[in-house]
Amino acid sequence: MQVEVRGLDAGYGPVPVLTGLDLTIPSGALAAVLGQSGSGKTTLLRALAGFLRPTAGTIHFGERLVVGPGTFVPPEKRKVGIVPQEGALFPHLDVTDNVAFGLPRGSQARVDEVLDLVGMRDFAHARPHDLSGGQQQRIALARALAPEPDVVLLDEPFTALDANLRQRLRAEVRDVLREVGTTAILVTHDQEEALSTADLVAVMRDGRLVQVGTPLEVYDAPADLGVARFVGEAVELPARAVGGDLVACPLGDVPVRGAVQGEAVVILRPEQLVLSCPVAVTDAQDTPQPGRGVVREASYHGHDSLVRVELADGSVVPVRVPGGTPPPLPGDEVVVGVTGSGRVYPV
Amino acid sequence: MTYTVPAARERVSQPKRFLGSPPRLLFVAGAVTATVSLIPLAYLVVRVAEAGLARIIDVLLRPRTLETVATSVSLVVVVVSACLVIGIPTAWMLARSTVPLRAMWVVLVALPLAIPSYVAAYAWLAQFPSMSGFWAAALILTLVSTPYVVLPVTASFRSSDPALEEVARSLGRGPLRAFLTTTLPQAWPAAAGGALLVALYVLSDFGAVALLRVDAFTRVIYASYRASFDRVSAAVLALVLVGLAALLVLAERRIRGRTRRWRVATGTQRTAAPVRLSPLQTVGALAWLTALTALALGVPLVSLILRMLEGSRSPLSWTELASAALTSIGVATAGAVLAVLLALPVGILAARYRTRGVRTIETASYSGHALPAVVIGLSLVFLTLSVFPAAYQTVFVLAFAYAVLFLPKAIGATRSATASVSPVLEQTARTLGRGPLRAWSSTTLRLTLPGIAAGGLLVLLTAMKELPATLMLRPTGLDTLATELWSRTEIAAYGAAAPYAIALVVLAAVPAWLLSRTMLASSDA
Repeated sequence: MQVEVRGLDAGYGPVPVLTGLDLTIPSGALAAVLGQSGSGKTTLLRALAGFLRPTAGTIHFGERLVVGPGTFVPPEKRKVGIVPQEGALFPHLDVTDNVAFGLPRGSQARVDEVLDLVGMRDFAHARPHDLSGGQQQRIALARALAPEPDVVLLDEPFTALDANLRQRLRAEVRDVLREVGTTAILVTHDQEEALSTADLVAVMRDGRLVQVGTPLEVYDAPADLGVARFVGEAVELPARAVGGDLVACPLGDVPVRGAVQGEAVVILRPEQLVLSCPVAVTDAQDTPQPGRGVVREASYHGHDSLVRVELADGSVVPVRVPGGTPPPLPGDEVVVGVTGSGRVYPV
Repeated sequence: MTYTVPAARERVSQPKRFLGSPPRLLFVAGAVTATVSLIPLAYLVVRVAEAGLARIIDVLLRPRTLETVATSVSLVVVVVSACLVIGIPTAWMLARSTVPLRAMWVVLVALPLAIPSYVAAYAWLAQFPSMSGFWAAALILTLVSTPYVVLPVTASFRSSDPALEEVARSLGRGPLRAFLTTTLPQAWPAAAGGALLVALYVLSDFGAVALLRVDAFTRVIYASYRASFDRVSAAVLALVLVGLAALLVLAERRIRGRTRRWRVATGTQRTAAPVRLSPLQTVGALAWLTALTALALGVPLVSLILRMLEGSRSPLSWTELASAALTSIGVATAGAVLAVLLALPVGILAARYRTRGVRTIETASYSGHALPAVVIGLSLVFLTLSVFPAAYQTVFVLAFAYAVLFLPKAIGATRSATASVSPVLEQTARTLGRGPLRAWSSTTLRLTLPGIAAGGLLVLLTAMKELPATLMLRPTGLDTLATELWSRTEIAAYGAAAPYAIALVVLAAVPAWLLSRTMLASSDA
């Protein structure tokens, strides 16, 4: 079911947290609302769930108006499922009763069905305190899905889990949501989680949406410098337009997308940078080779190494060297090259 | 975002696992405490056994015995139900609604803890002299023991995870049903624990039932002891009372154990936004809280002040009041010192070593919990009369009774103080060349002394307002604040009793304040 938010104002005190927020999530999509704490993403989720009464604007679930002038559908009538942080399972009920909480009496078949869906059928009679964190989240998802809600809201559901489990559970939850086909909105501050899980990423800052797009669009073509920094590690270099689609920067002339004039900042991702050995210098050359620098620091991570190179102009850039090749040592002379194109922003 | 597990407490008590079995001398000292605290109960059992089975059955089947059981049990049921019915909505208002001045109301609702039941009964009697009987006692006991339900349930409502109610809302339940199906069931262990404390309080209360002439266990036992020709029946009734009290203590322990298992997730906690009351609801809530405070605090205090102002026919003798206060302090101090000394080995053992023997010692030393003061008084009267006649009605026996009665408080203080000091300090002192006793006294004792002293002070203050055991065991001519209030109230000299009542309320305020703090923290932990 399509979720459509128009001109939404919402907040807790006299100062609104959200102002004039517009967002459309197509039916069946898994959307991530990505933002730092204080960006208003949780306020948006609470407004969608009906825990918070917006001061202006409308929310439609499909054709159904749930928030609008004179309309406020309470949470119990909205048909939203919610998966809170750490699951918030009812501690006094066992797994079956938790999942059956939103169902009419005698819905055992549906309980079994959703427990199968999340692979927890064997735990039907366990108590919440006997489950691990990941299992609790699976049950919380089953409980939310059981009454076949129009929209599922996930409030940072993986934050409390350790890194390995987090990745596995993300993939699992995404598969379950795809299978069910429910529109889902995942609220998170973790850019990796948003990019790897969602079909659509909505980046929030200061109560506004600054960019909505596919994970690729958001990572590859960030709307502004702030988004570029937030969605991944960014290499920022001073640049100057030199005509065509090129800018001159400490790494030489780099192809860019986006209109640019005069002074600017170019953004590259560390994986776009490659190291090579410096070419033998000929006496005739009077300009230094672009991208030439000295390794200042190298840290080995197994799958890759992160090498920090100090360029001629004194700026330091991080470069990822794939694992398997020994990283250069501090003090080595190297040349940093660029693959693909960068993104420019006005200074 | 959910509950916080009492992690700190558990972490603190962990090192004891690495300490192995306790030093022999300490264990022996603990065993002595356990034995000593079991003396009253054991002697009672011996006396009853001597009477023979036929006699016991005869006493048990007497109509009067059955009536007593019926009266006590009904009183417990009525008071506990009333406390729950009054306490749970009150707790909800204090924890989850926008009723104005919530912090002030929490204090006002907790304050009746500072009014001993016999002081409350005296105050009501002084205002309404015709009050007596079952329902009068039920009213007064309800008013003084409602805080035992309100405070822990308030704490539970405060700490319950608002996400649970929100999830219930999104699963199709309205606000009231969401509360009833998620938050309320979680408060149930807190409410049940509080209800059992109320039950124990009502069952062992002597002052209110005696002043209002209700033939509950404690009054009947006291009366048959006074009549002195029927000591076997007093002893048998006392054992039945102990049995009932022990059941309540065991039930309370089991509930406390289960509460811990009801906490699921860990992490930071979000507090629930209070429910906004409409103006009409606000007025209703304020009226409810005002009425409760007026009955539980207003009536007793106004009555005390009026009696004080009216004065009595004979002018207040300050020397008598001062002498009663000094006597109370003297006897209670003796009891507190004895309790602390007895508690020391048990508290250390319980904090540091978890062997089966230690657990047995701890349980036995806690027997004072299940022994109403009337029972301890009765047993020690028998014991001194037949075994140590020289000790009969001496200060020593009275101090001993206080020590056994309030030993659990002293042990609790010693135990938690010791558990909060790492045993590594003591071990380090040993490696620096000190013997076990000097290592302990120069490290752990120094650090735990404030906690132990606070426990002793708590015993002292509680013992000063003790009534039934004091009445039964005091030397002739020894008058404490409590017995002076009692004897004046018995002859309806309400004006003359007022200064003693006020002194007792002031004294009781300190332990009441400590108790309300622990109860409010109990579910937050």
